[in-house]
Amino acid sequence: MPALDDSVITQDEVEREDTAAVGAGLDVLEEPDRIRDPWWRRLGSSIVPPILAMVVVLVIWEIVYLLELKPEVMLPSPAAVWDELLVLLHGGQAWEAIWTSLSRGLIGFAMAIVIGAPIGLAIARFPWLRASFGPLLSGLQSMPSVAWVPLAILWFQISPAMIYMVVLLGAVPSIANGLTAGIDQVPPLYSRVGHVLGLNWWAQTRHVLLPAALPGFLAGLRQGWAFSWRSLMAAELIVTSSKLGFGLGQLMNQGRDLSDAPLLYAGLILIFIVGVGVELIMFRPLERAILDARGLSTKKR
Amino acid sequence: MTTTLVDESDLVYHEDDPRVVPLLKEVEHSGAAAVTIDSVSKVFTGRHGKVAALDNISLSVTPGEFVCLLGASGCGKSTLLNLITRLDVPTSGTVGTIGRPALMFQESALFPWLTAGQNIGLALKYAGVPKKQSAAEIDGLLDLVRLSGTADRRVHELSGGQRQRVALARALGQNSQVLLMDEPFAALDAITRDVMHDELTRVWKETGNSIIFVTHNVREAVRLGQRVVLLSSRPGRVVGEWKVNIKGPRTIEHPAVGALAAEITLRLREEIASHARS
Repeated sequence: MPALDDSVITQDEVEREDTAAVGAGLDVLEEPDRIRDPWWRRLGSSIVPPILAMVVVLVIWEIVYLLELKPEVMLPSPAAVWDELLVLLHGGQAWEAIWTSLSRGLIGFAMAIVIGAPIGLAIARFPWLRASFGPLLSGLQSMPSVAWVPLAILWFQISPAMIYMVVLLGAVPSIANGLTAGIDQVPPLYSRVGHVLGLNWWAQTRHVLLPAALPGFLAGLRQGWAFSWRSLMAAELIVTSSKLGFGLGQLMNQGRDLSDAPLLYAGLILIFIVGVGVELIMFRPLERAILDARGLSTKKR
Repeated sequence: MTTTLVDESDLVYHEDDPRVVPLLKEVEHSGAAAVTIDSVSKVFTGRHGKVAALDNISLSVTPGEFVCLLGASGCGKSTLLNLITRLDVPTSGTVGTIGRPALMFQESALFPWLTAGQNIGLALKYAGVPKKQSAAEIDGLLDLVRLSGTADRRVHELSGGQRQRVALARALGQNSQVLLMDEPFAALDAITRDVMHDELTRVWKETGNSIIFVTHNVREAVRLGQRVVLLSSRPGRVVGEWKVNIKGPRTIEHPAVGALAAEITLRLREEIASHARS
């Protein structure tokens, strides 16, 4: 039996010559395909179907109108509403209302992120906070934001602060919950890697958990925007006062007070367009960028 | 503790045959060991009472040594790695390493929101490499794993073998003298794995790290390690150690690798069979 220390050369003396070449060949062969549809096809498949759906809705509307199932004061023709929209846009009323509401909505949304994100992070990272305040926050998510309006008036009277309170109470829980859920879904393997790399608590949060949670957080942000916008409209519709400026809610109220059906419908369409527009202009590109960078949106073939 | 030995008179190999050397006692090494595991036991308390994951394991790895840990399911290898990386503490015994060990996983575990270069850069940053030197170090490490020019690639733009090489570069970027590898090539196809064996051997020789390589694959263990340590299952115990002494280029097809692998497999099968419920 040989002694233990008599073997010195215990590994390859020479490297196989073709290893580098085989490795390079494998790299080429296994390069993931990155075939993308041409832009016109991508555009076509994402834009044409919604336009078709809108056409269908308009046709049904027109048919129902022509059948005179409802009197014109209740259901105006699409053409009358279109004319009303043009008038509002030319007269500048629509722009004023959109700007008033949209700026409020976005400011409220931004404040909701500033408040909601740290809350979500804290709940995700401190078990005792999760145990205590977690259920409360999830519960708040199911509160109809209109229910906050009387309380907000009691606190802030009729003022922009009152509107922001309603928006924040609507949006903060979903943003916070979105971040908590996003962090919860981070694969534990990433945290292990962070530990092995020697990241401390804060570095772990900053370099691993937050970036890893971003797709989930984005879903929370989207929902947060939807809640902001809904809460804002609820507040604007319920409280009518000249102190609050002229927003889309006030525009709708005008239509109601004047029994002006085309104005009411035009207001509804504007609210819809702003809500969808923010989604399309803000969230879609953001989501695309995040998912593309991680290779999550390219189709595998 | 017994180790089955092949009756050498029964085997006719050419002169480079593996020497099967039982290491029943801990080898006395001169100088400080890179990793010292001293009489370590780990007991978990679960719903069904106490479960021993590791039972009195002692293992010492010298600086620059390549050790393969071999074991079937339930050999407690994850537990052992968690102890070495200090994710967990032993119930009894002590674990010591020089510096903070680097760890490579079966999945590349690269961060998909970073590029290949940024992944390595994060390891460098927390290994204390100044920002100015970082870019040069990243290029050097990518060169080392033969992935020059891929620093700006995203993780999803790399193949499985390339990801493991970036993961290796990241682990090396920790500038640790001890590299732990947890079945790092198990998910790769045979040819890619074969290339990775060559590459790992080359990188190990260039860097002089101590490596603890965990695997289920006996041939892989013999192909790579200077020493193969066989662990039993439930609880994990060291049941055999072999010193691999194969001269010349070593490949997975090498007859001497096959012969020693057969010997170790026999012992492993015995160990697994002993768990059958009669």
